[in-house]
Amino acid sequence: MNELMRNMLFLPVQASTMSTHIDYLHYFVIITTMVVSTLIGGAALGFYVKYRWKGRIGAKGEPVYTTFLGEALIIGVPAFFFLLWFAIGYRDFVRLQSPPPNAQDVYVMGKQWMWKFSYPDGGPSGTNVLRVPANRPIRLLMTSRDVIHSFFVPAFRTKQDVLPGRYTQSWFEATKPGRYPVYCTEMCGTGHSTMRAEVVVMEPQEFDKWYAEEKSHSRAKQRDGRKTNIEDRDPHATMIEMGRQLAESAGCFKCHSTDGSPHIGPTWLDMYMRKETLQGGQVQVADEAYITESMMEPKLKQVQGYQLVMPSYRGRLEGPESAAIVEYIKSLRSDGTEPVRDKGPQFDIKNGQVVEPGTGSTEVRTGGMQ
Amino acid sequence: MSSPSPSPTTTPAVPVEPKNYLNCETGVRSWLLTRDHKRIGLMFLACVTAALFLGGLFAMLIRIELLTPDETIMSAQTYNRMFTLHGVVMIFLFMIPAIPSGFGNFVLPMMIGAEDVAFPRLNLASWYIYLAGAAFALWGMVHGGADTGWTFYTPYSTTTFTKVVPILLGAFIIGFSSIATGINFIVTVHTMRGPGLTWNKLPLFVWSIYATSIIQVLATPILGITVLLTAIEHAFGFGIFDPAHGGDPVLFQHMFWFYSHPAVYIMVLPAMAVMSEIVPTFARKNIFGYKAIAYSSVGIALVGFFAWGHHLFTSGQSTFNAGVFGVISMIVGVFTAIKVFNWVGTLYKGRIRFSTPFAYFCGFIYLLVFGGMTGVALATVSLDVHWQDTYFVIAHFHFIMVGATLMAFLAALHYWFPKMFGRTYSEGWGLVAASLIILGFNATFIPQFLLGNAGMPRRYWSYPAEFQALNVASTAGASLLAFGFLTILVYLTIALFYGEKVGRNPWGSRGYEWNSPSPPPKHNFDSPQVFDHPPHDYDSEGHEPEMQTEVHGGTEVHGDDGAKR
Repeated sequence: MNELMRNMLFLPVQASTMSTHIDYLHYFVIITTMVVSTLIGGAALGFYVKYRWKGRIGAKGEPVYTTFLGEALIIGVPAFFFLLWFAIGYRDFVRLQSPPPNAQDVYVMGKQWMWKFSYPDGGPSGTNVLRVPANRPIRLLMTSRDVIHSFFVPAFRTKQDVLPGRYTQSWFEATKPGRYPVYCTEMCGTGHSTMRAEVVVMEPQEFDKWYAEEKSHSRAKQRDGRKTNIEDRDPHATMIEMGRQLAESAGCFKCHSTDGSPHIGPTWLDMYMRKETLQGGQVQVADEAYITESMMEPKLKQVQGYQLVMPSYRGRLEGPESAAIVEYIKSLRSDGTEPVRDKGPQFDIKNGQVVEPGTGSTEVRTGGMQ
Repeated sequence: MSSPSPSPTTTPAVPVEPKNYLNCETGVRSWLLTRDHKRIGLMFLACVTAALFLGGLFAMLIRIELLTPDETIMSAQTYNRMFTLHGVVMIFLFMIPAIPSGFGNFVLPMMIGAEDVAFPRLNLASWYIYLAGAAFALWGMVHGGADTGWTFYTPYSTTTFTKVVPILLGAFIIGFSSIATGINFIVTVHTMRGPGLTWNKLPLFVWSIYATSIIQVLATPILGITVLLTAIEHAFGFGIFDPAHGGDPVLFQHMFWFYSHPAVYIMVLPAMAVMSEIVPTFARKNIFGYKAIAYSSVGIALVGFFAWGHHLFTSGQSTFNAGVFGVISMIVGVFTAIKVFNWVGTLYKGRIRFSTPFAYFCGFIYLLVFGGMTGVALATVSLDVHWQDTYFVIAHFHFIMVGATLMAFLAALHYWFPKMFGRTYSEGWGLVAASLIILGFNATFIPQFLLGNAGMPRRYWSYPAEFQALNVASTAGASLLAFGFLTILVYLTIALFYGEKVGRNPWGSRGYEWNSPSPPPKHNFDSPQVFDHPPHDYDSEGHEPEMQTEVHGGTEVHGDDGAKR
């Protein structure tokens, strides 16, 4: 049934945990649509055959007026189905928006007209090919160097716009090893239709072997544009180590301490996911997006109690460099644990429940390959 | 369907060359300086028809380019300009003004028994503003065009080197035309209704155009602000939407869709307006659920303002926003469903006459059901993630917005053509062209639904080879569609000069506008109108709807044709 419907609708293969959920709702909607439209069309045709004009001048129909019950049914039945579909669809959407806590991160950068992928702990970075293991959740942290792009993997039924100047996230858990196309789906210029990439899903053991090998002897060089500072550094360094070195050379430690001691700027220790009170009194959670934004536009959201002395690092740090610094900041924990990353609702796939934001905070991250 | 039987001898004797709005004054000046709503309506119709053919030409070039996975007839850069121009011309120059400014201008004052609109000079100014905006946009197209898509998403639109600014300014200027016409209709409906014409007696066309006017007046200024800010940012590098200058790119999307989503209803409500007139006329009975149809138009107009965020499900807006906008979009879907059921219900116990306008009504209902249901599917948030910015969305909005507007435009053209020009066209050719258009439309866009399911993104100049078969099918359908339009152009042009003359009310409609002669005199009616019967009323005592043999054929027997079967 699933295969028949999928082929009739020209849908791509279902290669992620979410894709079958989404397709089932699709089938529900399309079958209902077909049934209802056949009924409407059949009624219209029946009325035409029975009540067609037979050529008499001045012929007219009999007046028919609506009843309250009739109008209530006309309103109630469609409303019931529309809201039912919405409820199911929104539930799935919340799952699509909530990466599982144990997801492995990959940084994605879009630029005209290619995709770059890098692994936080110093694994190989690649252009237009993203290698991931099957059956492990992967979270993509995405940003753009120029205009808006959108990262669309039809086989996973996922899509997320990739914005300049901020991070967005998307996640998937691939179920079948294979090669799946990635399309850019936001108009980004002349090369928009050629901004394609590929997700290569590997068997987990195969992936681990490949990952360790690549990490141990060579990293794929970025093949376009000028070299970033990262490329001049020790290839064996992890992203965290790169972040530390970059922060040192960029002069971050002149104002930010890493051990909790007071300084000119807020300390980096436990900064990640800290609730900061801003100048205006609002509370801001220091997530990836906020930390990156503060590097690029420090004056936008200043933490209360500090002078604005920080310069903008826009144009001075490339995408992977700011990402490395963010990873370094994330590693600075006073209790030695890894932090929970998201405040939003999180969906536990196994138990089918939404995990409250607070309850996940004690969980220690157990990344699959670190 | 009845065969047309020309029998000029039965035409009621008419005075030789009666003065009407077309021949009461002659010369170019009498047109360019006219304040007659009927002439202004015709001038709008001429312009929007030219825009339709220009936009159609761009569409055909796009379809030809997509015949092969790589370059067929144009480069990627040219292709990007083509789809942008197709969108801009079709939306701003054709669909938004087509029915309100064209047919609305012509028939709305007649439907309420008025001599003209409330502000005749403003009405003429609206046409000139439209021309000025069109001139700006066309200048930009000739000098390079824009390559951003009609949505002008920032920061691409503010950094591209193409001629975005004149095209944005063109859209900005045309907005004033839209606002002027909207204000004019609102005031006209409030102040110029004939004696006895209460709100609950207004024809449904007037209700829908009234709702449209409210949206035009309230939403268009937002578009004005948005495109002006984008033009300023493009020209001077202001940091409003471009994060490289401290702006916010998603802000543009919110502002753009805050206009452009209600604008969808600016396009589709007038289409519904036309159909609410045509159904009772050709079913020859009262409309089923007058109040439901009238109030759902106003409901769509109001609720439609709060649904814009469903264009942004994958843009990075919050999960909560997505939920709110999804629910609101579903409510708009319910309003549309109400209308569909009521129109189909109107056919029950009617005396249905199948003629060209009714053929377009059938096409309209079909497109509205599938376009509407795919819209509901798209508002189902998780499904939209896969479909967003793919050909599924293209096919969806061509079904509901373009298809509905196009069917209504053609239906209105064939329905009011005898009233406008006092002549009629060949019914046979009318049905042939309607079949070509409806078939061509399906053959063009059904493959695009499937392409979207398969994952082909929109605005793709080159595409993976596995999508080719469906693209070729779509292009074949588009050729059929183009052929249908050319057929209509030919037979309506012939009918304009050589068509058979018709009398006051060839369809035997109970619409108030049919009380005037065809074509109407300069001041619309020979005598003041009295509104003593409800609209779309085929049942009141002493009101036998007349029907004319020169159009209908049939036997000259008045009365019932066996309704008590």
